[in-house]
Amino acid sequence: MNATIRTILEIVRKEFIQFRRDPKMFAISFIAPVFQLIILGYAATLDVSNIPTVVCDQDNSSISRDLVRKFSSSGYFTIVDDVRRLNQIDQEIDDGKASIAIVIPEDFDRNIASGESAPIQIIADGSESNSAGIGMSYASMIVASYSQKILIQSLQAKGLASRIPGRVDAEVRVWYNPELRSRNFMVPSVLALLLMVMTMILTSLAIVKEKETGKMEQLAVSPIKPYELMLGKLLPFLIIGVIDVILVVLFTNVVFDLPIKGSLVLLLGLCLEFLMTTLGLGLFVSTISRTQQQAMLTAIFFFMLPMIFFSGFVFPIQNMPPIIQYVTYFIPLRYFLVIIRGLFLKGVGMAALWPQTMALLVFGIGIMSMSVFRFRKRLG
Amino acid sequence: MKRQRPVYRIPKLNVIPIARKEFRQIRRDRRALGLLLLIPAMMLVMFGYALNFDVKHSALGVYDEDNTKTSRDFANLFFNSEYFDHTYQLHDSREMDDLLDDGTVLGVVVVPTDFSENITSGSEAPVQIVVDGANANTATTVLGYINAIIQQYSSNVMAKTFSRLGGQEIQMPIDLRPRIWYNPELRSAKFLVPGLIAFILTIAAVVSTSLAVVREWEMGTVEQIIVSPAKPVELILGKTIPYTIIALISTVTILLAGYVLFDVAIKGSFLWLFIVTFVFLVGSLGLGLLISTVAGTQQVAFMIAVIATMLPTFILSGFVFPIRNMPPIIQAVTYLIPARYFLVALRSIILKGVGPSAFWDQFLLLSAFATLTLAASSIRLRKLLQ
Repeated sequence: MNATIRTILEIVRKEFIQFRRDPKMFAISFIAPVFQLIILGYAATLDVSNIPTVVCDQDNSSISRDLVRKFSSSGYFTIVDDVRRLNQIDQEIDDGKASIAIVIPEDFDRNIASGESAPIQIIADGSESNSAGIGMSYASMIVASYSQKILIQSLQAKGLASRIPGRVDAEVRVWYNPELRSRNFMVPSVLALLLMVMTMILTSLAIVKEKETGKMEQLAVSPIKPYELMLGKLLPFLIIGVIDVILVVLFTNVVFDLPIKGSLVLLLGLCLEFLMTTLGLGLFVSTISRTQQQAMLTAIFFFMLPMIFFSGFVFPIQNMPPIIQYVTYFIPLRYFLVIIRGLFLKGVGMAALWPQTMALLVFGIGIMSMSVFRFRKRLG
Repeated sequence: MKRQRPVYRIPKLNVIPIARKEFRQIRRDRRALGLLLLIPAMMLVMFGYALNFDVKHSALGVYDEDNTKTSRDFANLFFNSEYFDHTYQLHDSREMDDLLDDGTVLGVVVVPTDFSENITSGSEAPVQIVVDGANANTATTVLGYINAIIQQYSSNVMAKTFSRLGGQEIQMPIDLRPRIWYNPELRSAKFLVPGLIAFILTIAAVVSTSLAVVREWEMGTVEQIIVSPAKPVELILGKTIPYTIIALISTVTILLAGYVLFDVAIKGSFLWLFIVTFVFLVGSLGLGLLISTVAGTQQVAFMIAVIATMLPTFILSGFVFPIRNMPPIIQAVTYLIPARYFLVALRSIILKGVGPSAFWDQFLLLSAFATLTLAASSIRLRKLLQ
């Protein structure tokens, strides 16, 4: 037993010496995650505001200008240009200078005064479907409330003022993220993605590297047992991973002013659990590849990209086709995202998170034993 | 490069033999070659089907405290709405917490006890809407749906009352006519497919060359290169050519898959699409080579390649997150991401069908990027070989 521990520690020491010798490894392992967290955390926002808008107000009456003002003062739209002719809109939207166009035709003012329905047109650049959809729904809300205001004014003028039925006043309350900042939702997710990427790139070349450079033969004839070698390889990465967890959690808290609503101890514990699965996946990749290039391609295309896209990071899982939804159950990041969002935003505890915790545990144990098994076979 | 007869001291570039050698080496690793050729199209198919932002199949809760004919009419609009798959009837205000906490519903509409009284008497009838804001994007969409339903209810009631009172039909003064260009059904696939193409190609290109130089070091074949008469520029070009061909083939398969499966046809010019893609690929492959000359070991090259491309391209290129919503400093950082320029050009050509007037600046920046990475990697390589 003592000999085993000594052997493992010896391998760990050797790995760390190698690690220390390469200053690039140090920078990549500790500085890159923090750097990326800050930049990507600030960048990952789906909030739609200041949509560049071009106005074509052919009516140019006080009422049409008032409506345009409603748009510009809403905060959702920024008027970037004011054009007279309709075909100028084409150019602006084609070139991407504006994403939304408001067209108010000539007799807008007259139609409203005469009680007829006054058409206006909103054109949205659908090539950015998400922003276009949200922009359209903001625009219709602005127009509807303006429309209602005009209606009520004209009815008041007719003396029907006080009794207008059917006025529903929606009082909106937003839970968990009152300002509806998508950043609050994204930053914990970016944290999870970073941990996944960092730990997987650390381990997925670990064993194939020795194999390709011919050191594996030396190890095979040495008295080191496969599991000792495995543990010795894994421990340094685990330590690096834990330091990364502490760094990114700390910076999330400080830089983004995003307090952890749940328990910090639980958060660190579950991060550790997640590290086990990603380190295990990396090792697994390393054992099934013959060259480092293969390992790299396999890790990126078969593991990391599906994790990014199928985990529910930006694309909601419930929108995916049923078959893909089943696939997402095999994506450990899926469970970890629920955990980390729950802990950061909702402040839930183990009571709500145990299914995800169990799933991650099963994954971690499963993938670790699989890579040990593969590894043993290769050495044998 | 094509010049056969050297004029004075301009030497002939020995690119072809190096490219041929590189080709042979790539071919030997069947799995890697297969991955590089087929994976991009496969990724597009998988992700193209799976990903969209549409908020469908979401659930809502309605808590009708009033429970009168009027309030039930109002609530029924939510139950029958096609926006929501399930609408749960709540019987207790405490149920709301549970349904929202475990994510069963995205929002709850609370109709207070005095709702029908307010509606019929003509005063404002407050209704409370509680939404799960954790995912701000979804929450905004859900709020939009709920508001649309409420608006519809309001105008119905108003119209009915007035036609009962005066006979004259009432309509809303402004008639909004929305039109959406380029992508009328607002299908996320159309928005995402060009983004996926840029994303997948960036990764495939950078990754495929990032080990190309450093491998020679680790495998000990670099001595042969040092003693060979090949110049660094020739080496860099020779290593780029095979990968450019591979990447162009996978681009064609990607575009075909996009057209056949997602109905994303190329509206603009094929020639410009080819030119832009070619320049982008050369630049990205050059970036891979640069990483390869800087790294020292394959492990470090791999790590730099992943860190420099995967998440930054995903998040900073405008692929899913609109760049104009980012803080100004981060917007400045996005200029370092070549996929950003490529994406603008791709969307302009594929979706809008517009010519180079819409993306010439992007094209110039892409060309600068390609020149820069190739030059920098040649210089690095010269230093290494000395």
